Amino acid sequence: MTITATTWIEACDADDIDAEDVIRFDHAGHTYAIYRSPDDEYFATDGLCTHERIHLADGLVMDHIIECPKHNGRFDYRTGQAKGAPVCLALKTYPVKLDGGKVLLGLA
Amino acid sequence: MTKAETILVIGAGEAGARAALALREKGFEGNVTLLGEEAHRPYERPPLSKAALTDEAEPQVAFILTPDRLDEHGIRHLGGRAATAIDRAAHAVELADGGWLRYDRLLIATGARARKLAVPGAGPEDVLYLRTFEEARALRSRLAPGAHIAIIGGGFIGLELAAAARARGAEVTLIELAPRLLARAVPAAIADVIAARHAAAGVRLLTGIGIERIEAEGERHAIRLSTGERIVCDGILAGIGAVAETGLAERAGLAIDNGIAVDARLATSDPDIFAAGDCCSFPHPLYDGRRLRLEAWRNAQDQGTAAAKSMLGGSGAYDAVPWFWSDQYDLTLQIAGLPDEGPETVTRDLGDGARLDFHLASDGRLVAASAVGPNGRIARDVRLAEMLIARRATPDKATLADGSVRLKGLLAG
Repeated sequence: MTITATTWIEACDADDIDAEDVIRFDHAGHTYAIYRSPDDEYFATDGLCTHERIHLADGLVMDHIIECPKHNGRFDYRTGQAKGAPVCLALKTYPVKLDGGKVLLGLA
Repeated sequence: MTKAETILVIGAGEAGARAALALREKGFEGNVTLLGEEAHRPYERPPLSKAALTDEAEPQVAFILTPDRLDEHGIRHLGGRAATAIDRAAHAVELADGGWLRYDRLLIATGARARKLAVPGAGPEDVLYLRTFEEARALRSRLAPGAHIAIIGGGFIGLELAAAARARGAEVTLIELAPRLLARAVPAAIADVIAARHAAAGVRLLTGIGIERIEAEGERHAIRLSTGERIVCDGILAGIGAVAETGLAERAGLAIDNGIAVDARLATSDPDIFAAGDCCSFPHPLYDGRRLRLEAWRNAQDQGTAAAKSMLGGSGAYDAVPWFWSDQYDLTLQIAGLPDEGPETVTRDLGDGARLDFHLASDGRLVAASAVGPNGRIARDVRLAEMLIARRATPDKATLADGSVRLKGLLAG
């Protein structure tokens, strides 16, 4: 068994994201989407839709769903689960924690 | 109606595939057969006028349902098989190769075919059309750098082909009979932005001009225009609309009204036969029951799913807000609702040259929104507009026009 330590990367200020919204975060050649839920919890997923590689951060957050701005594929951003056509592949999720007003993204 | 044990879907495009999948997702455990004239498993057509033409790599078919998913859901796909007749009394469909398939419920999702150019000289060897993957590959092979391509038709297909041809370095002349581009599809202000973008990309746009005939010019072709001008070119692509595939339904005696006529549940005049997607016309509850036939990917998807529910006994009306998109160069165009239902327009500046027009009925109800700009600039607001349209909202005009006010706030009201 391999144990990989999680590296925490500072992504943004907690206030940079409105409640029930999303922003894009690029790090080390990879793009992520960071979400703030209506009840002020923070989540992170891969930044590109699994259907046609579109930036999800340009999409609409409603409750716990992010909708792709291109073809309206839907994901639950808490779990990455695909919720509607045309997407069928889940989105990879990442751990997030808050520290001193900063949003930290956990990368393995 | 008897309990459905066997559901047959004629047409393995977007609507048919989504219906088959939805039947399983709704828990239907009987037989599901998806019959398609094309040999391919169901695939996505939107890339055919976009990435399949412009990508460096040879295009691959983008399957909606992989073999794994077909198996996992127990969906039987019969490819390369055409239906020739429906025997409604026997609840059976005749195939071109002589076989018969029985059904308890039948979904007709036969789509539409490209309208053919009807001028002298426009034979099948002379003019290319776009509907299938193979046609996209044939088109692609013509788009060589320096080749002169003539595109007939300034609708979505013609314009996407023009953008793709320019992306591959071909010279493009686009000929449209109407006085402006996208005349039936979008308001003039949006069409003007699209026209300017094509002109900037070097496309020669000829609007308000007809075609007299097509002539051979050695290995090439010449198009004789109504103005007398002769355009010599290396390839002619036509995107002049689509014709609903209603032949099977007509021969079976089903009601036809600009497409296979269905009710709000997508049932045809035979209660065991349903229709979905480009081939059907349906009454839209949001627009006083106005009968629409939509040629659109999202509509095909949503109606496929809705028809599945109805075939399993659902009574819900199909009332999704019509939604279209088109990609040309770095621009995306999105339309939600029916712009021609709204005589008043309020414009919101979305920045980066993107604009969103809200179309309001005389009673102030939001009936449509149309936008053009970089996809990331317009998509969210068009989606919010779509939700407002679905709610029959009468939003404050000053708020709509003010780009600094978030549209999402209007949903709470």
